[in-house]
Amino acid sequence: MVSPTKTKVEQSEKIAILRFEGDVTSASEDAVLGEYRKLASGAEKILLDFSKVPYLNSSGIALVIQVLMAASKVPQKVVCFGLSAHFVKVFTMLGLAKYTTLHADESAARTAVA
Amino acid sequence: MSSGPIITELRLPSRLGFEKVAMGTAASVANLMGFSNERIEDLKTAVAESCINAIEHGNKLNESLSVVVTLAIAKESLEVKIQDHGPGVQQDVHVPDIDRKMMGEEDPRGMGMFLIQALVDELEYVSENAGSYARLVIRLNRGGND
Repeated sequence: MVSPTKTKVEQSEKIAILRFEGDVTSASEDAVLGEYRKLASGAEKILLDFSKVPYLNSSGIALVIQVLMAASKVPQKVVCFGLSAHFVKVFTMLGLAKYTTLHADESAARTAVA
Repeated sequence: MSSGPIITELRLPSRLGFEKVAMGTAASVANLMGFSNERIEDLKTAVAESCINAIEHGNKLNESLSVVVTLAIAKESLEVKIQDHGPGVQQDVHVPDIDRKMMGEEDPRGMGMFLIQALVDELEYVSENAGSYARLVIRLNRGGND
């Protein structure tokens, strides 16, 4: 029923992009937190790509919060892009916009971390 | 549409992922009623989170127990009941504190009930002898009366 999350990771010198594909739920821990933890050291900026995530629930958002928690300790800057207008609203309601920035697309996200 | 209540009922297994069946059905009904896309998205999240609560906390992932979702169309609103076999919600809705979550002082999870309350026009939790249900009402025009 849930389409498993696949994560494509792209990492250049200081920027890492985690491109999620599929549902982000409680079953996505390895795909979200696990892939973040596997990033090579040196990444200063993390981009989370939600443009291919059709379904995201509160357990999935909790995994994003855990990425933000871990990144804040490094510290790394985390930005999100590709969320639907509804999930931009939800992330904002839950206060995540205090610890990450939300962008419409990759271009805007890259500009924000340039 | 007729003026009487029009009921759609679903019976879901208590397995995570099946909340998407209720979410899709609620979205289809709301679309037939003429809800805006924004309100349909609100409804989808509220129904999905309510079903997850029923599956996880009400029926404790026991697949022999069902979650029953009833959608009742009124003139200007849609009422959704999500019934499970658990004792029901015994506490007030917790407002998540992102600062405390980020400090590790609060569980990163535990946001579902807050989201449900924030996204619908009415929410109540009712306990009965044989279980409990969440009752959500979402109106065609937010802030209006049915």
